[in-house]
Amino acid sequence: MGKLRIFGAVAALSLTVGVAHADCGISSGNISVLANDFPALHAVVSTAESCAGDGITFNKNHTAKHNEISVAALSADPAEYTSKIVANSSIVPLLNKDLIRPLDDLVAKHGQSLKPNQLIRIDGKVMAVAFMANAQHLFVRQDILDQVGMPAPTSWEEVLETAKVIREAGIMEHPFAALFKSDWNLGEEFVNMYVGHGGKFFEPGTAKPAINNETGIATLNMLKALTEYTNPDFLTYNTSTVAPLWESGEIAIAQLWGSTGGQLLDDEGSTPEVVAATVPLAAPTVAGGNTPASTLWWDGFTIAKNISDEDAEATFIAMVHGISDDMVRANNDSAVWLMDAYVPGKAAEGVAATAAAGAEPYPMLPFMGLMHQALFQELPDFLQGNETAEQALADIEAAYVTAATEQGFLK
Amino acid sequence: MPHRYFFWFILPALAAMVLFIALPIFSVAVQSLFVEHEQVMKEVENCGPFKCETVLQVDNETTARLQEEAPLGRFNGLGTYTNRAHLAFEEVGQIWAKTETWEDFVAGVYNLPLYKALFFTLSYTIVVTPLVLILGLFIALGVNRLPPITKGPTIFASLLPMIVTPLIGSLILFWMVDADGILGATLQVLFQDGDLSLKASAPLTWIMLFVYGVWHNTPFAFVVFYAGLQAVPHETLEAARIDGASRWQQVRYVVVPFMMPLVIFITLMQLMDGLRVFEPIVGFSASAKATSLSWIIFNDLFGDSKLYGSAAATSVITITAVCILLTPVLIRTWRDFHRKST
Repeated sequence: MGKLRIFGAVAALSLTVGVAHADCGISSGNISVLANDFPALHAVVSTAESCAGDGITFNKNHTAKHNEISVAALSADPAEYTSKIVANSSIVPLLNKDLIRPLDDLVAKHGQSLKPNQLIRIDGKVMAVAFMANAQHLFVRQDILDQVGMPAPTSWEEVLETAKVIREAGIMEHPFAALFKSDWNLGEEFVNMYVGHGGKFFEPGTAKPAINNETGIATLNMLKALTEYTNPDFLTYNTSTVAPLWESGEIAIAQLWGSTGGQLLDDEGSTPEVVAATVPLAAPTVAGGNTPASTLWWDGFTIAKNISDEDAEATFIAMVHGISDDMVRANNDSAVWLMDAYVPGKAAEGVAATAAAGAEPYPMLPFMGLMHQALFQELPDFLQGNETAEQALADIEAAYVTAATEQGFLK
Repeated sequence: MPHRYFFWFILPALAAMVLFIALPIFSVAVQSLFVEHEQVMKEVENCGPFKCETVLQVDNETTARLQEEAPLGRFNGLGTYTNRAHLAFEEVGQIWAKTETWEDFVAGVYNLPLYKALFFTLSYTIVVTPLVLILGLFIALGVNRLPPITKGPTIFASLLPMIVTPLIGSLILFWMVDADGILGATLQVLFQDGDLSLKASAPLTWIMLFVYGVWHNTPFAFVVFYAGLQAVPHETLEAARIDGASRWQQVRYVVVPFMMPLVIFITLMQLMDGLRVFEPIVGFSASAKATSLSWIIFNDLFGDSKLYGSAAATSVITITAVCILLTPVLIRTWRDFHRKST
């Protein structure tokens, strides 16, 4: 028995050796985090994990399919995860089903290090703590722009013009790329371009769609015009397709997520010439508008409702530790952090410029997800030239109305 | 076997079928009759890192009370079946009234999501099933004539497409047909067209999906036919040969009639498999050009807001379509069975 106990102690010790323990001031509790799967979130969650230790269990699940399981996992009582890392669209299903708790008391008790603009307030209550910003914006190849003698484009009209010049100079047949894959990505491109045209998605104060108008047609025509300069495979293009194409030097102008910047500007997967010439720019404006045709995104953590107050407190402390200044300093270039310790690098210039130019946040509405889905379901027909812009917009509204009626948002 | 023994013998399988097949189908059918509660919304002020704005938000307390009173949601009858995302009776009626030629009418109906998916799903099933039968038979006949020493490796290689997980198989092919992939680049050289892309044009995408379907499903037909070939009576074949039948005539008049039950079996399986085609559409990122019934169900359940009623209705429609397609084959089997028993 004595031997067994010693063996157990040795085993426990050897398990903990090598893991640096941070003293986060938690004594006990269960912490488990559900998050998307990209480097910046790995950095946050791993730093939070360093709080684990005596009496504290820590679980994490990084998956790109996080949104498919989040509602089910947090509906359980006790919830499967104590914290879910969300963005402005993925917090909505959790709010709709009332699955996350207000954080005001925890912020007052343990959140002295948080800045006011990190607190996401809904109806006056803090429901999430944001830690990074993201947006789609332009990347250009300065060497190719110099070669054709064009300035960096600041509007989508200029992008078209520049792409035309590059094509006519015989440098590239398909100089432009964007995330047009016929899934969530394509919907996001419409949202960005429509917002850039100053469009509103719904009639004010209702869930009724309002995209079948001149603005919608202008948006569609601009998207269609851009596809003329992309590879004909554009409807299969997402970040994991376009980033390698960029790195292999096959594209001169691309609209990509700011969070892809780190990959494009590091010294892996590309030649030094391409990396040196890669310049992030603000998202362009369109149709003479003042604000960029892009939507701003934040990522932040939430705490589940269906867990004990003790676990909620432990999770909150660990997550605040996860977004501490030490984490930011160690992972400065992984994201555009909202914390004070952040020193913006080259990869952040695009997002920073887009935000500074006054881009709108992605609409955080209970029924926006349904609109987004209707968009990408119905847009491919138009982009492939099978139907008119008017028909496409009518189809989008009809598809949205059907889904929103079924969900109970419309009568 | 006395009926009593038969009952006990079949009971475990029957119980499993009721539990894992009949009950879920029943629950899906019930779910398809309901939609979500009316969402009670209120205006709230939201503040984020970028700005504050007044927006609509779901009123959780009221919604939770509604949810408690009727957990299934609002009864909608067959409303989900007839809405635009499904059978779209109203829209089809409008298109009928508005269009003058059959061509316009078909184009209008094809613009509706369910009919578009149904069209691809049926085309896929109708094209792939006969090709799988014919190719499977020829491969089986070929392998059967091989010297024994090469048979094992050949059978193994022929089965590979079936062993590879559908999603992985389609992804591998997807990369191969990329303009920079080995197949895509070869095709560009062959047709001397630098812009040729299998992913960009709808007809080529359809052909690619059909080819993938044949590639993936032929091994199944091959294995079944190969097993069947081992049981073809040698006496009959020999008699045919003595009567001067050519090799083709032997196949046509001895082998194929003998294997007719297998043909029906494979047809049944292929019809069912074809109607639930799904993985290649995801693997080939083909949803812009081709959607299937299964893909619609997946799409309803995939997004931020899950449309359970809609997905359930499409599921029931798929099951109905399978039943309709299988009816002729089943009737034939039933008749054969009766002929034999009398």
